[in-house]
Amino acid sequence: MSNASSNIPDDITKTEKAAIKVAEPAQQDRREAAALEEGKTVGIPFCENPKFQLRNVEVSYGDTPAIRNISLDIARNEVIAFIGPSGCGKSTFLRCLNRMNDSIESCSVRGSLLLDGEDIYDPRRDVVELRARVGMVFQKPNPFPKSIYDNVAYGPRIHGLANRKSDLDDIVEGSLRKAGLWEEVKDRLDATATGMSGGQQQRLCIARAIAVSPEVILMDEPCSALDPIATAKVEELIAEMSESYTIVIVTHSMQQAARVSHRTAYFHLGHLVEVNETNRLFTAPEHELTESYITGRFG
Amino acid sequence: MSTDKENMYGNHISNQFNEDLSRLKNDFLKMGGLVEQQTADAVNALIEGDTHAADEVRARDKVVDRMEMDLDEEATRLIARRQPAARDLRFVVSVIKMVADLERVGDEAKKIAKFALKLAEEGHAPRGYVEVRHIANYVTAMLHDALDAFSRLDSEQALRIMKADKSVDEEYQAATRTLLTFMMEDTRNISRCLSIMWVLRALERVGDHACNIAENVIYMVEGEDVRHTSLEDAERIVTGE
Repeated sequence: MSNASSNIPDDITKTEKAAIKVAEPAQQDRREAAALEEGKTVGIPFCENPKFQLRNVEVSYGDTPAIRNISLDIARNEVIAFIGPSGCGKSTFLRCLNRMNDSIESCSVRGSLLLDGEDIYDPRRDVVELRARVGMVFQKPNPFPKSIYDNVAYGPRIHGLANRKSDLDDIVEGSLRKAGLWEEVKDRLDATATGMSGGQQQRLCIARAIAVSPEVILMDEPCSALDPIATAKVEELIAEMSESYTIVIVTHSMQQAARVSHRTAYFHLGHLVEVNETNRLFTAPEHELTESYITGRFG
Repeated sequence: MSTDKENMYGNHISNQFNEDLSRLKNDFLKMGGLVEQQTADAVNALIEGDTHAADEVRARDKVVDRMEMDLDEEATRLIARRQPAARDLRFVVSVIKMVADLERVGDEAKKIAKFALKLAEEGHAPRGYVEVRHIANYVTAMLHDALDAFSRLDSEQALRIMKADKSVDEEYQAATRTLLTFMMEDTRNISRCLSIMWVLRALERVGDHACNIAENVIYMVEGEDVRHTSLEDAERIVTGE
């Protein structure tokens, strides 16, 4: 009971033990495969009047499948967290939501992906317009090597959202305020963004995403390069932003998923295993694989 | 809901985590064993008029109190260090609550020991001892079974304990009526009978605490809170309809 190999009896030789240990991962893989074979997601993957309606989504890189037949709804003004071990497909799935996978040549996406009832992958769709509606914040803060002001003003300029300088000023101030950064930078808007701290840079990237008035913000591990204080600020921001935006966040920190999200989705080997109310998923998950992952039982 | 029972405390990537959980479980069972013994010893001291044994029970309550504090600290530290989730979290939270129940059982045993001393000093006239012995046997068995259900993660056994609590209440009522008739027969019995009533009351409380432990075992295993729900609903949760 005290360790992972407790099911190995004591009265066998070392060689036998080694053989059993080698065989065990294979056994575990088979168990996992069996648990996944139904391709069914437990919990509550669907909702009324969703922002995103995703059905039978399959993604592959060349011949390698990355997402296997996933169906999920994402509600309006919901914060949904995607969790799962590395390589489970959560980031790939996130990137389908604003076609960030388009630039990867070998990547093919099948299935029905609707944003407000309209096909995200419609060939006639303007991808630039899509990405203005569905903004993205990345793992590493990636401000442009420009001034703080220009970083935020960049999007509104190219999308022609402001006719006058004063309108643009308002957008920049409003976005920086929403990102909780205004007080810290209002006196040095002309300073270069790359001179800011990591946490400030990430909040600047959030301000930049907000500046074009998106409806959805995708976040791919937005806090993994930040210290706990900067992380807390971003999480606080997520809570505030959920009043106006739909937020999808990929995170390796289960505590973060538990803190910020309304629903949590657990991915495993390209399958969507469980989607549940966050409160439920972290106290009494329905699927064995979710349980194993969140309690730290994967070898 | 999976109930891979061998998996309850072990199989974490972190062996330290396995050990922390196992230690918490073992320490809890140790405390459980002690209060079980305390209750049985207190009842024996009462029935046999053994003042020495009664004194020992009262002295040992300090050990019970110490264990309560140690277990609480251990559980708090585990939460701080490991941030347990799902069944691990339910386990730690349940232990914290059940420790409080065990400590209260210890207090009831101490109370019984106090009445054992009082009754021994007043002299021998064993009215109501049959009832005490009877209910004591019943509730110590419940407590034992509750700890056993905890140890084996057996929610069905826990459910049986919840059901048994009803019988204790009925036995308690019946015993109260018997004692009332003794008091009416001879007013000189009143003081002694009141002491016995307090003892019965303490034993009935032990049954309640065993029942609380059983409810926590069901929460640990099934992930559903069955407090303040009907027995039928609890049964549905345990049997999965």
